[in-house]
Amino acid sequence: MAKRIDVSDLDIYYGNFKAVEGVNISIEPRSITALIGPSGCGKSTFLRSLNRMHEVVPGARIEGKVVIDGQDLYGSDVDPVDVRRQIGMVFQRPNPFPTMSIYDNVVAGVRLNSTKLKRAALDELVERSLRAANLWTEVKDRLDRPGAGLSGGQQQRLCIARAIAVEPEVLLMDEPCSALDPISTLAIEDLMTQLKERFTIVIVTHNMQQAARVSEFTGFFNLAGVGQPGRLVEFNPTEKIFSNPDQKSTEDYISGRFG
Amino acid sequence: MSTSTSPAPATTSAGPLGSISQHRRLPRFGAAGIFAVGAAAGIMLSAVTGFALVLAAIYAVVLGTAGLHVGSRLLEGRRTAADRLVTALVRIAFALAMVPLVWLVWTVVSKGTARLDGAFFNQSMFGIANEGGGAYHAIMGTLIITAVTAVISVPVGLLTAIYLVEYGHGKLPKAINLLVDVMTGIPSIVAGLFAYALFSLFFGPGVRLGIAGAVALSVLMTPVVVRSAEEVFKLVPNELREASYALGVPKWRTIVKVVIPTAIAGLGTGITLAIARVIGETAPLLVTVGITAVTNLDPFNGRIATLPVFAYYQLTRPGVPPEFAVDRAWTAAFILIILVMALNVVARLISRFFAPKTGR
Ligand SMILES: Nc1ncnc2c1ncn2[C@@H]1O[C@H](COP(=O)(O)OP(=O)(O)OP(=O)(O)O)[C@@H](O)[C@H]1O
Ligand SMILES: [Mg+2]
Repeated sequence: MAKRIDVSDLDIYYGNFKAVEGVNISIEPRSITALIGPSGCGKSTFLRSLNRMHEVVPGARIEGKVVIDGQDLYGSDVDPVDVRRQIGMVFQRPNPFPTMSIYDNVVAGVRLNSTKLKRAALDELVERSLRAANLWTEVKDRLDRPGAGLSGGQQQRLCIARAIAVEPEVLLMDEPCSALDPISTLAIEDLMTQLKERFTIVIVTHNMQQAARVSEFTGFFNLAGVGQPGRLVEFNPTEKIFSNPDQKSTEDYISGRFG
Repeated sequence: MSTSTSPAPATTSAGPLGSISQHRRLPRFGAAGIFAVGAAAGIMLSAVTGFALVLAAIYAVVLGTAGLHVGSRLLEGRRTAADRLVTALVRIAFALAMVPLVWLVWTVVSKGTARLDGAFFNQSMFGIANEGGGAYHAIMGTLIITAVTAVISVPVGLLTAIYLVEYGHGKLPKAINLLVDVMTGIPSIVAGLFAYALFSLFFGPGVRLGIAGAVALSVLMTPVVVRSAEEVFKLVPNELREASYALGVPKWRTIVKVVIPTAIAGLGTGITLAIARVIGETAPLLVTVGITAVTNLDPFNGRIATLPVFAYYQLTRPGVPPEFAVDRAWTAAFILIILVMALNVVARLISRFFAPKTGR
């Protein structure tokens, strides 16, 4: 099930603005890959190019290759909708559907894709997904209440539950814990550790300890300067990055001697 | 602390927080009192020059405002005085804006209630020479033609708005936008003549059909629907579309299941207000559906009476004696106003009940 992702010479543009340049990376299946780097260096942009969400922005395009299990993601015969069904995503800002209840938000992916499931199966899916996202105990008595009525961190966990409910083979998470308390953060990290048995996970985080705790591989993005495109400066096993990085700038960033 | 307990009447006191200025405020009734004094002076002035109601009101308001400003300037300081002056001006402007509205409603209500009886709602004008009769045929005609108009305009308008917001790239949407703008500005009589000319092509000159009227009104209503729906669709956050795409939902399903439900309150309101906009149109119906004394409920066959046209003919061709027809005209106008107001209430209810709930 889990998929390997090979990216070669990837340039990512917003119109004429080159946001990310020359990324080469190999993401291992059944592992967690963390992406770190200063704000605005293109982590989200890169992540969104992995499930073809990038092209949703008008004028946005990429150059280069993204290959998933031998298949060119940007090939002319590839349907982006199919890609996104297999590669799920949790966004940086929580975005539950405001018209739907908590329950409906969790099963939104299943329902919107008009997959027919029995009520019991749906109930079971909702409970499983919410438990995995560490939200079940807080909302189990009000599943029919609007999802937009939850707190920011609860909404974020709801979005995580929604993303894993469709069982994607790759899960892209953009700062999933930035709005969460340490307990929920640990729960999400546990979830990631469970999920990586079956899935490939890529996570963007500003939390070094989190990257060190959960990931097998870490990629460090950096900007060469203001207005310049972001680059993948270093990509190595997490242990190496945090103990003995190849690049000076990586070490500076990790140890807080930045800028 | 010292700022609240300090007995010093000074405008500035350097407490622990630095210089937080303290202002003397007139008590609530003080300001009103000063205004009343000025207003009384104004009324007296008008009495001296020969009393006239409108003039007295103007004098009272002007002198009251001026008095309040001067008094506040002396007692409270410059900034507060400016605040009081501008507040007074804003309230006066509001009152001026309300005058025509209240006047109009009052006129229509006072003249329109004369014939607000059962017969008006269940009789047509068939065989009526002067007294009696009703507007049943015109009320039904207005409802039918407006309904047909909505059936034409709403799908066309909504789909156009969806195209413009969700699919349009490049030149075509710009051209459509221009056309919609032009359509918004079309004088209603031109829309009527267009529909008349169109139907004359098929049915010969002198054609009068309900559907022709509906087409004319659609020309007026569609751009309104497009514009309001477009605004509402633009308000739907892009994040929701992205959330849906990221779950592997195709674009069209995202629009149907996410964008439209999120926008439904605004859409309902916009459509209702667009209907209210065309329900009172007279000129296009005058040339396309004409008037009749009998009840005709078939928009595809012959003339249909409608409330605005009914009111127009009752007023311009009253017969002898004219009172009965003039009363009918006012009552028809009254019913039209009530219909429009009802639509506005419906619009508010829609936006209340369909608005996304946070459950808090
Ligand atoms: N929709 C967009 N249109 C144009 N430029 C964009 C858009 N989104 C991002 N950018 C630009 O692309 C660059 C990278 O942005 P990105 O969101 O990928 O940063 P990031 O690394 O995720 O930062 P953060 O850690 O703050 O989330 C920035 O210079 C940003 O201004
Ligand atoms: Mg980001």
